[in-house]
Amino acid sequence: MPSMAPSHRPNSLPSAAPPADGKPWWRLKLDIWAVGTLAVVIAVVLPILWVIVLAFSPSDGIWDHLVQTILGRLVWTTILLMTGVGIGTFVIGTATAWIVTMCRFPGRRIFEWALLIPMAVPAYVIAYVYTDLLDYAGPVQVLIRELFGYATRRDYNFPEIRSLGGAIWMMTLVLYPYVYLLARAAFLEQSVCVLEASRTMGKGPWESFFKVALPLARPSIAVGVSLVMMETLNDFGTVDFFAVATFTAGIFDVWLNMNSPSGAAQLATMLLMFVIVLVGLERYGRRKQKFHHTTAHVRALPGFKLNPALATVAFMTCAVPVILGFVLPAWVLGSYAMTFYQDTLDANYWTITWNSLALSGLAALITIVLGVFLAYSLRLGRRTWLPGVTRFAALGYAVPGSVLAIGILMYLGWLDNTIDTWSRETFGVSTGLIFSGTVVAVTFGYVVRFLSLSFGAAEAGLGKITANMDGAARTLGAGPLSTLRRVHLPMMQGSIMTAALLVFVDSMKELPMTMILRPFDFETLATFVHQYASDELLPEASLAALTIVGAGIIPVILLSLTIARARRGARPQDEKFAAGLTLKETAP
Amino acid sequence: MTPGLVMERIRHAFGPPPVLKDVSLIAEAGKLTCLLGPSGCGKTTLLRLAAGLEEVQDGCIYLQGKKIADGRDGLCLPPEKRGIGLMFQDYALFPHLNVFDNIAFGIKSLTPERRQWIEDSLDRMGIAKHRNSFPHVLSGGQQQRVALLRALAPQPRVLLLDEPFSGLDVTRRAQVREDTLNLLKESGVAVLMVTHDPEEAMFMADHIVVMKSGKVVQAGTPVQIYFHPQNAFVAELFGPMNHFPGTVDKGQLPTPFGPFPIPSLPDGTAAQVLVRMEGIRVAMGTNAPVPAGCCSTTGRIEEAYLLGRSSHLHIRVPKIHPDPSHAANKSADVLRDDVLLHVRVPGVMKPEEGAHVSVWTDPKQVFAFPAP
Repeated sequence: MPSMAPSHRPNSLPSAAPPADGKPWWRLKLDIWAVGTLAVVIAVVLPILWVIVLAFSPSDGIWDHLVQTILGRLVWTTILLMTGVGIGTFVIGTATAWIVTMCRFPGRRIFEWALLIPMAVPAYVIAYVYTDLLDYAGPVQVLIRELFGYATRRDYNFPEIRSLGGAIWMMTLVLYPYVYLLARAAFLEQSVCVLEASRTMGKGPWESFFKVALPLARPSIAVGVSLVMMETLNDFGTVDFFAVATFTAGIFDVWLNMNSPSGAAQLATMLLMFVIVLVGLERYGRRKQKFHHTTAHVRALPGFKLNPALATVAFMTCAVPVILGFVLPAWVLGSYAMTFYQDTLDANYWTITWNSLALSGLAALITIVLGVFLAYSLRLGRRTWLPGVTRFAALGYAVPGSVLAIGILMYLGWLDNTIDTWSRETFGVSTGLIFSGTVVAVTFGYVVRFLSLSFGAAEAGLGKITANMDGAARTLGAGPLSTLRRVHLPMMQGSIMTAALLVFVDSMKELPMTMILRPFDFETLATFVHQYASDELLPEASLAALTIVGAGIIPVILLSLTIARARRGARPQDEKFAAGLTLKETAP
Repeated sequence: MTPGLVMERIRHAFGPPPVLKDVSLIAEAGKLTCLLGPSGCGKTTLLRLAAGLEEVQDGCIYLQGKKIADGRDGLCLPPEKRGIGLMFQDYALFPHLNVFDNIAFGIKSLTPERRQWIEDSLDRMGIAKHRNSFPHVLSGGQQQRVALLRALAPQPRVLLLDEPFSGLDVTRRAQVREDTLNLLKESGVAVLMVTHDPEEAMFMADHIVVMKSGKVVQAGTPVQIYFHPQNAFVAELFGPMNHFPGTVDKGQLPTPFGPFPIPSLPDGTAAQVLVRMEGIRVAMGTNAPVPAGCCSTTGRIEEAYLLGRSSHLHIRVPKIHPDPSHAANKSADVLRDDVLLHVRVPGVMKPEEGAHVSVWTDPKQVFAFPAP
């Protein structure tokens, strides 16, 4: 027998003594799955960590200054905004969900999915439209002045849309579907028996709702409201446009106007604390969700037949959010687009659209590849530390885009500087900025923020495939990668495609990160619309705004189809899964 | 003898209680070796270790003389490099591939010959018309055949079968079993099969390895296992038995059929004699002729059940054989004591309740072991 050489295949190894160092060479082989996972997780966590580290580094008393000046106002405004949007979405979402699941009236079937459509509209788009409609020069005030013969703004009372109240309304109108969807699922899942029992004990429909149905659905609704609040914190376009001094706005103000990155980082870290509270609330709600079923008896709900008067009220309650949240803005944008489409086309519409599509497509592709990689690495389970570490990769979903953007900008700036310094010292050549202000930076931002979507989808998809499938493929001669390609990927195609689509659409709608991280003079649909709207040129950008809304409708259609399929007697868990994906509920 | 698969001193634990405690076995090429034991005894873990789906913690595995896994130095050839086929209990057919593609999955290069082999095997197993069907439309028996062909298709050196017939209903099982056995015998592959059904093991195996709580309790041919069980557990695998506990006296243990010699145990130790239900012969009347070398006694029928192919009798007999020389030093009390025999006789036999019968044992079906 020749002595063992590292080039030997393991199966040709003599059964001799193990290598002297105790660690055989095949154990030292680079484990691409473990190393890859670690690399991805570090890349995702670094920008967030950067912000926090910067916040705690010495900063010439900027914190004291912030505390004395704007901090109190920022916290108060942010809390007001979150509370307002939380209450608004709770009322609209729960009420419509209850009416649609429990009452029988004309149009119910349509409202069941139509109530979701406002989700397609980004809050900043609806804010531009309503500003256009409701401000001094808008058609509504013009009509009032003409009708009553007022001459100036001082002659009559009209609420200012560009205010905190306005922002609450705008966000409520497009975010209530989150609560609606989860509340509806909860009401559907509630056993009829529980409600019937309540009725037989002499409780009327109203009392049954408040005493039984609502408390039972409370955990789901809490999850919905906390998701809404996270989206509220994430919003930049609306508060910026309305000049509402929330944290997000404050971060940019401190950073750009006071020129203090560490001050911005400190505010961002405080914002992260808000997020942590919300994530905690969401987790809590989700854990409680599991206690729902006391009986497994779920059959079609009987529903209350409404008399014409009540039916009208029900109809209007459902119709108003849909009209205000989607029909009206879409109609306004549509009619503008009919007139002004040429202006949009002239403003490089096709290039901008291509930019958006290419960027979002790239982000979706990378996100899906990484998500599948992480989930599969977790499944292979090569290392005991993998599960814990992988959880961090899904962190981005909770971090507001503005905070991520700052982190990425600072982190990439540091990286560019380091490379530049090293290059100058070594080669005497300046590399300048390699990553900052490039498409790479924007894509990086999208991937960090939306990785949890694809990871969650891949994990759920893999979870449905039994371990024996892996075993079968492996014993039939397929290696881990080949097993993934030949067995797992074909089997979870559906959920992966859905996740890719969601990442794509979310990237297209994303505003703050795109604005901050994009290359100079590089416009996407979102930044273009924001720019034009800020310049009071909404009509000229309406076609672009409509394009964003159009893209946003795709996942809503998917979701509606799943709901329709579930109603036809398919499995309700399909609907839950689709809802979960759409609501970014897939985070660990 | 060509060793196909050799597993040596395998120990394995998932948590504190070990699943496998020092298990060694050999699966010879061209032979079918059966791992027989109750569920939870570690059979399936052993198969997964052999396939490479679990990493060996302690012990060695050799495939055709080459070491493929060693717990001592962490050698563990990945499953795809081993050339060991595994058929799963739930078949684990790929739902997104049709029958043909499922079978072809493991074939490295799909030559015309291999293609033809698949077509011929499908034809032979009677599922040729399902060639393009997807697994979910197949019956359990059809899925089982596809899984078997898929495991055989890459021409593995060793084939592992995990409870291959447990998913089938009883009526189909016999036929599928026979088809499977024929196919395996022809392929000449070393087969290691896991089952908890002793009858299945007897039918299929050339060699049976009986396992209990992570240990091999006996290994041998089906005949050895059935006729020479080394302990009560192995003997009772094939059905409940009649137990006659007692104390060894002068190298003998008293039973209803007379003293049974136990030369291996010292006097005064507690022991038991076990007799299979089908090892007891019955004839009507008290003076029926008994074959030479058999001890007989008489008893009363208490109950008789017809089971179809056989009959089950409950017969009350004196606890100690009324042999005058033996009974002399026993009290009258002991003599009046009686025991209930469970007897299985072939064919239809339904005597009246209380009828007197002669009962004797087939010496090959009587075993003595130390008391548990």
